[in-house]
Amino acid sequence: MTDIDKQIQDLRERLLYIEDIFGNRENANITLLRSKLQDFIQNQPSMGPGQIKRQLTSLSDLFSFLENKLEKELTPMDRVRIVRHPQRVCLKDILENVYDNYTEIGGQGEYSIDPSMIIARAYITRNVGKKTYKQPVMVIGQEKGHGEEFRNGGSVKPWGNAKALEYMKVAERENIPIHTYIFTPGSYPIEDYPGAAQQIARNIYAMAGIRVPVIAVLSEGGSGGAEAIGLADTRMMLSHGYYSVISPEGAAAIEGRSSSIRKASAQLIESCARQLRITARDNLEMGYVDRILQEPPLGSRPDHFDFFRKLRREVILATDEIVLSIRGVKLFRAIALRKLNNPNIYVRWSLSSKSKERLIWRRYQKYRVLCSWAYQDTATSFQKGKSAVLETGWSVYSFLRYEFFGRHQRAISHLAEDVQGEVHALVDRVTHRFSNLFKKLPGVRKEKEDVCQLTTLSTWEAGMSWDEHCRYVSPQANQDKTLTCPNTQKSNCLDLWAPDLFGDFAGVCSHCGHHFPMEYEWYLFNVFDSRSIREFNASIEADNPLEFEGLTHKLDKAKKQTGHKSACMTFEAGIKGIQVVVAMLLARFRGGSVGAAEGEKFIRAAEQARRKHMPFLAYVHGTAGIRIQEGTNGLLQMPRCTLSVRRYLESGGLYLVVYDTNSYAGPVASFLGCSPYQFAIRSANIGFAGPGVIRETTGMDIPPNYHKSFQALSRGHIQGIWDRREIRNNLHHALMTMGGEFLYYR
Amino acid sequence: MIDTISLLNEIKQAPYKEITVSAPHSGRIEFAVNQTGIKVKGSSGTWLERPGTLLARLVREGNPKPIYAPEKGEVVEFYDVNDREFVQAGTPLMKLRHFLTRQEVVDIILKKALHLFNAPEKGRYYFVSEIDTKIKSQGLRSVSVKEGDEVLILSRMKRETTITYQGPQGIIYTSYFNSNESVEMGAPLFGVCPENQASKIKAVIDKIQSGWEEQG
Repeated sequence: MTDIDKQIQDLRERLLYIEDIFGNRENANITLLRSKLQDFIQNQPSMGPGQIKRQLTSLSDLFSFLENKLEKELTPMDRVRIVRHPQRVCLKDILENVYDNYTEIGGQGEYSIDPSMIIARAYITRNVGKKTYKQPVMVIGQEKGHGEEFRNGGSVKPWGNAKALEYMKVAERENIPIHTYIFTPGSYPIEDYPGAAQQIARNIYAMAGIRVPVIAVLSEGGSGGAEAIGLADTRMMLSHGYYSVISPEGAAAIEGRSSSIRKASAQLIESCARQLRITARDNLEMGYVDRILQEPPLGSRPDHFDFFRKLRREVILATDEIVLSIRGVKLFRAIALRKLNNPNIYVRWSLSSKSKERLIWRRYQKYRVLCSWAYQDTATSFQKGKSAVLETGWSVYSFLRYEFFGRHQRAISHLAEDVQGEVHALVDRVTHRFSNLFKKLPGVRKEKEDVCQLTTLSTWEAGMSWDEHCRYVSPQANQDKTLTCPNTQKSNCLDLWAPDLFGDFAGVCSHCGHHFPMEYEWYLFNVFDSRSIREFNASIEADNPLEFEGLTHKLDKAKKQTGHKSACMTFEAGIKGIQVVVAMLLARFRGGSVGAAEGEKFIRAAEQARRKHMPFLAYVHGTAGIRIQEGTNGLLQMPRCTLSVRRYLESGGLYLVVYDTNSYAGPVASFLGCSPYQFAIRSANIGFAGPGVIRETTGMDIPPNYHKSFQALSRGHIQGIWDRREIRNNLHHALMTMGGEFLYYR
Repeated sequence: MIDTISLLNEIKQAPYKEITVSAPHSGRIEFAVNQTGIKVKGSSGTWLERPGTLLARLVREGNPKPIYAPEKGEVVEFYDVNDREFVQAGTPLMKLRHFLTRQEVVDIILKKALHLFNAPEKGRYYFVSEIDTKIKSQGLRSVSVKEGDEVLILSRMKRETTITYQGPQGIIYTSYFNSNESVEMGAPLFGVCPENQASKIKAVIDKIQSGWEEQG
């Protein structure tokens, strides 16, 4: 092929790329490019070599000029098409062009545990003065492989995410920074061990406390898949990328209530892409990425070497900045980096133990302050002031009670226990000898143990008191009709009369034990001690931060229906006398979906539990996932809530999760799934994506019981299944056995 | 001895089976299908998770219970029951005609013509080595069995048990298991027929496979 043929081929590919990006939209500039190129190809045989060269140069200039012009016309959906295009840069291109050398770990093409996730140990060489430094990094990211089929479009399977986590821990051990590159439309939604949701939850939880700097670069940030490696100290976004809670097609399918993604109209998809505010600029404005890396017009492709140079400079700068921001001696270098934008300053990337502590705290603070504008807090200034004073009071009390006095008290009590144990052992031995001698005396009668039990009166259960005014009657029990158990065919269950089923049987089939859904109020009245519930932060209200069409109306309707301002109810309550902090996700409020308000309430509940040294219970009456109409504001609740849960657990708290009805997607894949103690009420469904989404994404047909709690238990996703009628006893039992005598704090 | 040819002719006279749909319990019937000649579908999906066509609802104490078509076919008759009438359990409601598929006809013939030897318990099965060698060299129908013969080995949890044949003497006409797959208890393992019947059965089966026209 001659140089001229190559140039013509190059122009053809550029035109094809533009046509792909703009889809079916008619555009005068594209028509002009098409006709100019066609004219040139037709007339080429009659032209001389000089003329061909001149024409090609002018054609190339025209392409560049119009590409710049078209760049300004890009819609959010065009950007989605850019990141999905096979010509888009991928992680392998970045490894080749940004890093000086690398070794791919655990993968060679399609021979990998998951070819859509690439791990590489790479290094960057820096020449500073006369010295050359090689700085190692762990590079982790999804690989789309320019459309290679086995890469699955960057949709990572649970074991791919597990591999990523494994090497994050290796990086932590080796004290080297992690650079993550996010090129995923979302995670591959299968439940096989380790499970899509549960593995993402593990990844986010681990990243919340990983003690090395993490820099994330987002190109295609699709939902949970992005969060699995996206909790970073600096988040950079490529200018033509998107970062969203759901793909525009998925959002359109939900909004249009169509069962298949393909059925949603192109206008609805376009409208959803616009309303979700998924572009780099939108996310920068909302504060969810730290900076934007400008790409060439119409997005970067593998031959844009300037772009790679820029990316290299930016990732080095970001790593330097993070390291300097937590290091003791940094003054001049920090100024030089920030003010002069000078990358030729050497910063060692390994951290001391003190710096690591600061890094974790900085990361927590960074995410804690996000989203504060995305919900409403209708509390008055007085109420806010009062709760701030109370919080401070509790913090001081906790410090004195558990840190200051607690430490000495523990030491003394441990000593006292030892002494007491010794005394007991001595006394036991002496009394045993004497009692044996005494029993041998003639005329002494032995008392049988069972006689003693039978003649002793039983006592009421501690903490239980019958309160007629606190009885809850389910509205379902007020219907004069019978219901059929779904297991009738299998188990020959008899029909159940609604007042019996919902009034007396706690919504449980008396024959097979199938659990019919009950309202969350039933739990409030039947699980917690009578009149012990004290709600807090009720003034935090779900809002419509993106002004998504129709959401305000839907939220108002939900608020009116439920009497709650968000899908999360947070309260303190007693279970047989044990005080717990509870965050409850209510299925009746927009399907229990989690947005900024729900996330904030959950975080504050975890903070309250930490401050007051109480166990923390997440009771999931039902959750459909992240509230998609809030876009990234909702998605960010995954890392935010997980960070707060981690902080609580690290302080020694006991975090229990109980699932009821249906629990899916984001919350399960983050702050719920990360709990070491997850239990489900029988007949609950737990998973990452619903059957429709799995069928749509993977092409697999899934069995009807795929998400049932018993399946989740067999896969190792949850730790137990409880009967609803026994939930109060089981919770108390769990609190006592897992918390022990000193209730839940080290 | 079964006369397979006359059995086939009998099936050809009426190449369908008629299913009477009855009320499973008492209640008020609300028909969803109200004309004869309507085509209905049976349960479908990999796990038969999608129910068939809704035929009627039987309402008892405010609980409308659906009655679905059990198999693919056509509604041919309604019994003397009016819409929204109270019916007792077992009252016939309608008759469906299900046209037999090629495989169903083969199954009917084989079921009547063969003696099926079922799996006594769950596990992997394979023929004993003498039979296996014979099958490999001369084909399945070369093996003749009689009561008390050791025919199979049951392999389960590292335990191997020899299974003896119980049933009439004959040759193995067909086998229904793969030695690398687990067989549920009660599932058929192989079918035996008298030696002189084998060629007749084969001829009838071949005739069905090539000439049976599926309807409906």
